Amino acid sequence: MIRHIVGALLFGWAAMLSLSAHAVLPDEILDDPALESRARELSLELRCLVCQNQSIDDSGAELARDLRILVRERLVAGDSNDEALEHIRTRYGDFVLLRPPVQASTYLLWYGPIALFLFGAVAVVIAVRRRRLVVGAASPDALSDRERVRLDAALKREDET
Amino acid sequence: MKRLTYILPLVVCLGLGAFLHFGLSGNPQVLPSAFIGKPAPAFAIEALPGRRPSEHAVSGGLSRADLTVGQPVVVNVWASWCIPCVAEHPLVDRLATKEGVTVHGINYRDKPADAAAWLARLGDPYAKVGADQDGKAGIEWGVYGVPETFVIDGDGTVLFKHAGALSPEIVERKILPLIKGAK
Repeated sequence: MIRHIVGALLFGWAAMLSLSAHAVLPDEILDDPALESRARELSLELRCLVCQNQSIDDSGAELARDLRILVRERLVAGDSNDEALEHIRTRYGDFVLLRPPVQASTYLLWYGPIALFLFGAVAVVIAVRRRRLVVGAASPDALSDRERVRLDAALKREDET
Repeated sequence: MKRLTYILPLVVCLGLGAFLHFGLSGNPQVLPSAFIGKPAPAFAIEALPGRRPSEHAVSGGLSRADLTVGQPVVVNVWASWCIPCVAEHPLVDRLATKEGVTVHGINYRDKPADAAAWLARLGDPYAKVGADQDGKAGIEWGVYGVPETFVIDGDGTVLFKHAGALSPEIVERKILPLIKGAK
């Protein structure tokens, strides 16, 4: 039991270590821990344009380092998080943001899945309803007109006797 | 109605196929510049030290003021450590020498001595060459690799950007028509 707990703790510790394995070099780190943590947050939002599927926080490319330093400079100069992101976005375009902004050109990206889901849900509802109608009409419980006439006639005969 | 239910999936599939075909056929490494149709960024870098005199050379540092001279100019970002820059260099030379275009160079993250030697060896078609040793001017321009080439009209508006080595097709079909149109 204790072994398991120790194992789990060790595993968690290793996982945390691997999470904090990033490309930030010691000389980049700001003295102010609050600013530094904001800089790290922003670095995770920015794409390294050399490696493209890595954030600048993960990337060892020179350009990523330049951008990490630029983010820190902007924060030290008093920029808000959004202002610092915007500063880089005006130079490198929307693609530098790992989280695409919601705008006319990305509506399909953001709302496409929801639209597809609604379309599918409506299609399922219609299909189920239709099937119910068909099944309902052919149900053995319901009598056809001919059967009803025959039944009425049979009952009538019963009454007469 | 029944026919529609047979045709609809086909139409949807063809539509999706066309969407993906055109959406995925581009080169993902080539990114549009954020500056197209917008003013070129403000920047100022000092002249490349140790540059030897050449036919087109203009002395002094390179800044945004050099892009608003009433004539279209080309800005070429290069470095001596960049192999594709060697490949495209004859085309940069052709723009300056044969077509009479003013080409300014931004020497990106380079050692000035290496850059000057590179120009002495391969030819120096540039008007001004600014030394961007720390890459800060490159960031202002949204540079993410070298070489990159920008076409700027006489008012300092960015008309076109090409990332990667120039090719004769790009020079003839894109850059020269833009320069002629902007004159």
